[in-house]
Amino acid sequence: MSVLLDYQHVEISFNGNAVVHDVSFQLHPGEILGLVGESGSGKSTLIKAAMGLLGESGMVTRGDIWFEGKNLPDLPEKEMRKICGEKIGMIFQDCGASMSPIRTIGEQIVESLSAHHKVDVHEAKATAMELFDKLRFKDGERVWNSYPFELSGGMNQRAGIAIAMLMNPAILMADEPTSALDVAVQRQVVEEMLNVRDVFGTAIIIVTHDIGVVSAMADSILVLQNGNVMEYGKAKDVLENPQNDYTRKLLSAVPRLRR
Amino acid sequence: MEPILRVTDLSKSFSRAGKNEFFAVDHVSFDVMPGEILGIVGESGSGKSTIAKLITRQIDATTGTIEIDGQDITKLTGRQLIPVYAKIQMVFQTPTGSFDPRRTLGDGICESLRNKGVSKAEREAKARGLLEQCGLPGEFLERYPHQVSGGQCQRAAIARALMCDPRILIFDEATSALDVTVQKQIIELLQQLQKEKNLAYLFICHNLALVQQFCDKVIVLYDGKIVERGLPDEVILHPQSDYARRLVEAIF
Repeated sequence: MSVLLDYQHVEISFNGNAVVHDVSFQLHPGEILGLVGESGSGKSTLIKAAMGLLGESGMVTRGDIWFEGKNLPDLPEKEMRKICGEKIGMIFQDCGASMSPIRTIGEQIVESLSAHHKVDVHEAKATAMELFDKLRFKDGERVWNSYPFELSGGMNQRAGIAIAMLMNPAILMADEPTSALDVAVQRQVVEEMLNVRDVFGTAIIIVTHDIGVVSAMADSILVLQNGNVMEYGKAKDVLENPQNDYTRKLLSAVPRLRR
Repeated sequence: MEPILRVTDLSKSFSRAGKNEFFAVDHVSFDVMPGEILGIVGESGSGKSTIAKLITRQIDATTGTIEIDGQDITKLTGRQLIPVYAKIQMVFQTPTGSFDPRRTLGDGICESLRNKGVSKAEREAKARGLLEQCGLPGEFLERYPHQVSGGQCQRAAIARALMCDPRILIFDEATSALDVTVQKQIIELLQQLQKEKNLAYLFICHNLALVQQFCDKVIVLYDGKIVERGLPDEVILHPQSDYARRLVEAIF
C-alpha cells in the first residue's frame, strides 16, 4: 500500500535540546494512527512538526517528514500554506477556543475557504451544508449562524472537525480532540472521526493520553516516553500483547470498567 | 454510627430576571459515614462541583441542610466556620492553580495551623511528616508551585488538606488532570491514607471506571438531581435509570 506520510528518524529540538529522538512511522491512506504517552512525552510536538507549528524556538534537527514527495520541514512558508488546511487538516483540544469568539461559525468557514481559493458566501454555505449533512449534524443552519460560545463543547468539537474537513484533506491531525469532553460526548466525537474516515477515506493521526479512545479507533499505535518510541505496531497487538515494559505499565494504570 | 456528613434536601437555584428559576442542585440528600468513600459521577453541568461548594460553604444553599459530625452548618458564618474547616477539607482539580504562585508550598501547607497560632517549628515539623507520608521529601516545603510537577503538587495539596486532621476530604476531580500512571499512584496514596486515618472521602469524578475501583458507594447526578445511587458494581452492572445506562454504555 502506498505511504501517505513518512516520518524518517525524526529528531526535534527546542533551543538546541532534543526532545523527540529518532521517531519513524508511516501513515497510509485511510489509516488511523494513535500517538499515546504522558504529558511531556513529545506526542503533540511530533504532529506540530509536520504542520510547521513548532514556533520560533523549535525545529526538526534530524530526519525527514515526507509528504507527496516533499520533505515538510524543508518547505518555505509559502508552500506550507498550500499544504496546511488544504492537504493536512488539524483539530485541537478545544476547538471552541481555537475559533474567533466574535464571528459566527459560518463567517469563519467563509474565511477559511477563501484563504485557499476564491469563493462567494453562497457557494461556501452550500459546501458547508452539504458537509454538515454528511456528518449528520441535526441543525446545520443553527450551527452556521452560531457563535462558538453558543454551542456546547461537543458541538464545537464537531464543528471544528467539519471546518477541518471542508478542504477534504488527505490527513487529519487531531491533538487531544476528546480530552476536554464528557464521556458521553467523547463517544460522539470519536464516532464523528470514524465517520469522516468512512465517508472521505481520510487518514487520521490522533494524539491522546486516553487509551480508551485509542482502542476504540486506532488501526496502529505508537507509544512515546520522553521523546523515545517505546512501541509501534498494530493497535490490537500493542493493546493486547504489549512487548515493552513502559507500555505494560501505561496500560495497567488505566482504570477499566468491569461489566 | 452517626454519619460524618449528612446532606438533606439540599438545593441551589439561580434566578434571572424574566427567566425561570434554574436549579443547579435540585433537592439532593445523602449521608457519608466515617471511613466511607462516596463517589459522585455525572457530566459537566450536572451539579457535582456545586455540591462540593455548598458543603464547604463557599456558596449558600437555597433549601436544605448540611450537617457535619452532627452539627448543622448550613447557616454558620465567619468565625463560626473555623472549627468546621478543621473537620472538612478539600482537594482541587488543578493542583498548581490551588497554591499561591508567589509563596512556597510550605507556606500554603502551614497556613491553616499558622492561623490557629501553632508555632513555626511545630507546624513545619508536622508539614514535613505529612509530605513524607504523601511520598514527597521534606525539602519540597521550600519549593514554589511552578517548580514541581502536577502529580507532586497534588501530593502537596493532599498534605495541606491533612494538616488540621480532618475527618472528611472532598476531592473535586482531583485526579482528572493527571496522567494515568500518576493518577494510579495518587489513588494508591489515598487508599493508604484512608486506612491509616479512617478518613471519609467525597470523591467527585467523571470517570466511572475509577469510581468502581475506588469508591464504596456512588451517586449518579443528572441535571442537579440524583438519578441513581448504590454500590458501584450494582449501578454499573445493573443501571436502573436511563441516564446511568447511557453513561455506562458511553465508556470505551
